[in-house]
Amino acid sequence: MAEQALPAWKRTFEEAGSQILFLGNFFKNIFKSGFEWSEFVRQCYEIGYKSLTLVGLTGFIMGLVLTLQSRPTLADFGAESWLPGMVSLSIVREIGPVITAIICAGRVASSIGAELGSMNVTEQIDAMEVSGANPMQYLVVTRVLATTLMIPILTFISDAIALFGGYLAVNIDGKVSFYLYFTKAISVLGFSDIFPATIKTIFFGLTIGFIGCYKGINSNKGTESVGLAANSAVVTSSLWIFVIDAIAVQLTNLLAYH
Amino acid sequence: METTTNGTKNSATVPLKTEELVVEIRGLKKAFSGYEVLKNINLDLKRGENLVVLGKSGQGKSVTIKCIVGLLKKDDGSVKVFNEEVADLNDEQLKQLRTKIGFLFQNSALYDSMTVRENLEFPLTRVLKLQEQTEITSRVEEVLEGVGLLDAIDKMPSDLSGGMRKRIGLARTLIMKPEIMLYDEPTTGLDPITSREISELILEMQKKYKTSSIIITHDMPCAKITSDRVMVMNNGEYVAEGTYEELERSDNELVRSFFN
Ligand SMILES: Nc1ncnc2c1ncn2[C@@H]1O[C@H](COP(=O)(O)OP(=O)(O)OP(=O)(O)O)[C@@H](O)[C@H]1O
Ligand SMILES: [Mg+2]
Repeated sequence: MAEQALPAWKRTFEEAGSQILFLGNFFKNIFKSGFEWSEFVRQCYEIGYKSLTLVGLTGFIMGLVLTLQSRPTLADFGAESWLPGMVSLSIVREIGPVITAIICAGRVASSIGAELGSMNVTEQIDAMEVSGANPMQYLVVTRVLATTLMIPILTFISDAIALFGGYLAVNIDGKVSFYLYFTKAISVLGFSDIFPATIKTIFFGLTIGFIGCYKGINSNKGTESVGLAANSAVVTSSLWIFVIDAIAVQLTNLLAYH
Repeated sequence: METTTNGTKNSATVPLKTEELVVEIRGLKKAFSGYEVLKNINLDLKRGENLVVLGKSGQGKSVTIKCIVGLLKKDDGSVKVFNEEVADLNDEQLKQLRTKIGFLFQNSALYDSMTVRENLEFPLTRVLKLQEQTEITSRVEEVLEGVGLLDAIDKMPSDLSGGMRKRIGLARTLIMKPEIMLYDEPTTGLDPITSREISELILEMQKKYKTSSIIITHDMPCAKITSDRVMVMNNGEYVAEGTYEELERSDNELVRSFFN
C-alpha cells in the first residue's frame, strides 16, 4: 500500500540503488576467504556444459543462414570471394556474442532466478543466513563468476560452430576447400575485432548471473513470485545485453578508429 | 495493556532455569507496508528455560522470533539477546550471535539441492569451519541418531516425509549445539506419536545442552510436555503469561480457549 503510493520514478531509483548495493556486496564477497570451489565447478558444469547443445545448434544455424542469405547479394556485385570474411566478421563481432548471450539469458538467468527464488520462498536462504553461513558467498558469488567465465567460452564455441555452418553453406556445390575457407575467414579477423568482442561477452556473462541472482534473492515470499523472478530475470538481462552491446559498439569505434 | 494473568511469574520451579535473561524484548513493533503486525511485544527468556508461545495463526509469532535473529528488522522497541541490542550489531557480531542461536523453520527449510548428509555438514564446514572429515561424520551421525533418522543420511530432502523433514531440520540446528533454540511450530502437521517424540526431544535437548528455548506451537500436548512457562499473544500484543497449569485456569476467555 505504502509502496504502491510511491511514484514510479522513485521506485525505479530505489530498485537501482538496491541493485548497486547488491553488486557492491557481490564484489566484497568474492575476496572473502573460503571460496566455494566445488559449488563454483558445479555451477560451471550446470551453466556451461548443459547449454552447449543449444548454443552449438543455434550457432550452426546462424552461420548457415547468414551465409545463404548474403550469398546472392554478394554474387550480384561479383564479390562472392568476400563471403567467408564477411560472415566471420559479423559472427565474431556481433551476432555470436549477442545471440549466445540472449540464449543464455533465456536458459541460465531464468533458471538461476527460479532456483534462488524458490530457495527464498521456502526460507532456505534465511536458514543459511541464520546458521551464520554466507548465502552471498555460497549462492551468488559462485553463480555470477560461473556465468562470467562460461558465457565467453560458450560464445567462442558458438562462433567456431557458426563458421563451420558458414563453410557448409559456401561449399554447397562442393567447390571450396575447408582450408581455403577458414584461411579467408580467419585472416580478416584482427585484434580489434576479437578483443572488444571478448570483453563484451564477459560483461554479458556478468549481467546474466547478476540479474538472475538479484531477481531470485529479492523475490517476494509467495509461490507465484518464483515464476515472476524467472520471468523478470530473462526480460531484464536481455534488455541489459542490448544496452551493453550498444555501448560496446560506440566504445569500440572510438578506440579502434581514432 | 499488559494483563498478566494471576500476576504470578513462576520462578525456579525447574532447577535448570536461572533468572539470567538471554532474550529480552520490550515494546517490539513491526509493520509490513503499513500493516502493523506486532504492536507491543514483551518477552523474556531465562537461561535454561523452555518458553512456549501461543497465539492464533497470522498473529506475528514467526515475525517475533525472526526479529530475535535479525532476519527482520524491528521498527521500534528493543530486542536484546545476551544483553546486546540485535539492531546495533555489525555484520560480524551478528554472525557470531547467530552461531549461538538455532532456528527451526516452520517448513524445515532444508537445502533441497543437497542430501541430508550435506545439509548437516553445511553449517559444520561453513560456520564452524571444521576440516577433519572423521569429526564431521561422527557429529552428523550422532545428531541423526538423536532424531532417529540415521538411515536417511544419503536421501534427498524431496524423498522425505514432512515429519522426517522436520526432524532433519531439527538435527541441522542441533548439530551446532546452540545456546538458544527457536522452534517455529516443531510439531505442526505431525501425527501424535511423532509429535510426542519431538516434544521429548526438545526436553532432552534442554537437559543435555542446557539450551534456552522459545517454542511456538498450537499443539497443546507439546506445550504441556515442554513448557516451563507459557506466553500468549494476540493481535500483535502480549496478553498473558504463566505456567501451563496457571493459564489453564485463567479467567481470560482468549487464554482459556487455547486449552480446550
Ligand atoms: N516478510 C514479510 N513481508 C510481509 N508480510 C509479512 C512478512 N512476514 C510476515 N508477514 C505478515 O505478518 C503477519 C504475521 O505473520 P507470522 O508468520 O508471524 O504469523 P504466525 O503467528 O507465525 O502465524 P502461523 O501460526 O500461521 O505461522 C501475517 O499477516 C503475514 O502476512
Ligand atoms: Mg508462523
